[in-house]
Amino acid sequence: MNVATHAVHETAAATGTGTVVNARNLRKAYKNKLALDNTTFDIPAGRIVGLIGPNGAGKTTALKAMLGLIPFEGDLTVLGRDPRTERDELMRDVCFIADVAVLPRWIRVREAIEFVAGVHPRFDRARCERFLANTQLKPQMRVRELSKGMIVQLHLALVMAIDAKLLVLDEPTLGLDILYRKQFYQRLLEDYFDEEKTIVITTHQVEEIEHILTDVMFIRDGKIVLHNDMDTLGDRFTEVLVDNDKADEARALKPLDERSLPFGKTVMLFDGVPSDRLAALGETRTPGLADLFVATMKGTYA
Amino acid sequence: MNVLNSEMAVAPRAQVAAPHATHTFKLLLKREFWEHKGGFFWAPLVAGGIFLLLSLMGIGVGEMAARKVASDAEINIDGGSFKISGLNLGQLTEKMTGEELRQVGSAIDLSLLMSASWPLMVLAFVVFFYCLGSLYDDRKDRSVLFWKSLPLSDSATVLSKVASAAVLAPVLAITAGVLTMFGFLLISSGIVLLHGGNPLTLLWGPASPLKVAGYLIASIPVYALWAMPTIGWLMLCSSWAKSKPFLWAIMIPVFAGIFVTWFDLMQLFNMETVWFWKNIVARGLLSVAPGSWFDVATFAPLQGDGPAAVTSALTLRTMYSVLLTPQLWIGVVAGAAMIAGSIRLRRWRDEG
Repeated sequence: MNVATHAVHETAAATGTGTVVNARNLRKAYKNKLALDNTTFDIPAGRIVGLIGPNGAGKTTALKAMLGLIPFEGDLTVLGRDPRTERDELMRDVCFIADVAVLPRWIRVREAIEFVAGVHPRFDRARCERFLANTQLKPQMRVRELSKGMIVQLHLALVMAIDAKLLVLDEPTLGLDILYRKQFYQRLLEDYFDEEKTIVITTHQVEEIEHILTDVMFIRDGKIVLHNDMDTLGDRFTEVLVDNDKADEARALKPLDERSLPFGKTVMLFDGVPSDRLAALGETRTPGLADLFVATMKGTYA
Repeated sequence: MNVLNSEMAVAPRAQVAAPHATHTFKLLLKREFWEHKGGFFWAPLVAGGIFLLLSLMGIGVGEMAARKVASDAEINIDGGSFKISGLNLGQLTEKMTGEELRQVGSAIDLSLLMSASWPLMVLAFVVFFYCLGSLYDDRKDRSVLFWKSLPLSDSATVLSKVASAAVLAPVLAITAGVLTMFGFLLISSGIVLLHGGNPLTLLWGPASPLKVAGYLIASIPVYALWAMPTIGWLMLCSSWAKSKPFLWAIMIPVFAGIFVTWFDLMQLFNMETVWFWKNIVARGLLSVAPGSWFDVATFAPLQGDGPAAVTSALTLRTMYSVLLTPQLWIGVVAGAAMIAGSIRLRRWRDEG
């Protein structure tokens, strides 16, 4: 990475536009598996990006690379910095929730707040306390006494009180009940996200984050197989309920995926076929992210 | 496709406070104290408390026995035995000569030092296990990912743990030691009073508790430097081991020692096998024990005999002579190298 690109990225990050993450040909091999295989992607500022993939597809590895937690090959800049060599500076503007319940079990709520306030220049203590006021968390409670949902509430309050430019969430709601999950994403949208912030989320619960994402990236075997913004996703992909007598005609248009329904109908998923052509084949609708995911990842575990 | 997007795009910029000053290292030390309050703070105090309790019980038993014997009780004080008729300590001091008083004073100083040593023995264990867990425990419960989500450099994190082991823990333990010492002196004063003696002339006059306290406090820098190879080694194991850091930390040096002994490898350097055990194995594992540096200290020729001879060896000059030995400084360099290794491992270890 040369100096000129650095400068470009830094101005981009400063104004809140441009790319926040710029990854080129990332490569990371574990003992017997490529976790990142020439992975290339850009994440623009002010977006909420869902990084979605089956188990072992390289999601967490990609996030760890972005956060400077692991060595890897390739070019990667996050907010204009190389996470491998400039991690300490980078972490002033980047924050992450790595997994559920990674807060140390011995820490008390007030100690956690005091600590983050003392080490993070952009932590707003009053904001954090305001978030916690609406919960059952008390300052003298220890993390080990809290339920999983309460730990995530605490972690989210700590993180949301930090004015970071990039927030990375790796399976943030794993193991939480639906009330906590809904609340988690609602807080994130209402009290945290704005046009100067970028959020990257990985999760398996595709349906739940589908409506909050602005962009989606599918990752499979260390490669980005789909990267699209949510607004044009509906224009690009169409699901058609095809009658059996038109099935062959439909198959000629090369559907991504098809599955049979009872009563002699087949659902086919098309990528980039004009909707007027598809309308002739049967009833059309916009596929959900989950359907798209299943179609794209077909055969992963085979 | 989604409704919320349009709303989000125009979401107003939340009001945020300006970046404020940070006190990273102070908070890192505080964090270690919060997490290890039991070991750093309570354990030495409890050890001192137990010592005082045992002393009280011992004295109680002694008093009962003395009552039964009534007269002609014999009390042994470090080699010299005194026959005390009816346990009237008041008469005793009046009859003592200057040299005898000096011996009594030294004997009391030694017992004071012994009372202060209880919290210090605990310190050795606390620091040993603290170092072993320091860079392992948070990897095991994955909370390392929380610490790493904050703007903390790995060097600052590791160095704060070194400082906790080498300075914070000994300062607290020695404070507990000094408190225990004065507690012991108070209990002894009570006993002396009970037997009609004047604690000021019998205890506080001949003894020098402030000197003993000063000596203990002055030992902190020697402790910190001398403990470096053990702290470094244990932290290196702690940051490296995928599991069971305790076994690795013990097994590697001990098996190295057995290997060296078995093949008599030290002969290649014209040295005894003992040298390896003493300067590598023991130094790497046991240097967190306070006072383990006495072996390399230079002692002035002993003056007099009895307890006075022992206290005459316990001078600052003797203790600080350790600072002039290659054993100390080579250990510091080895410790620093292992700490640098721990920082590197902490930076790049993949937590899976």
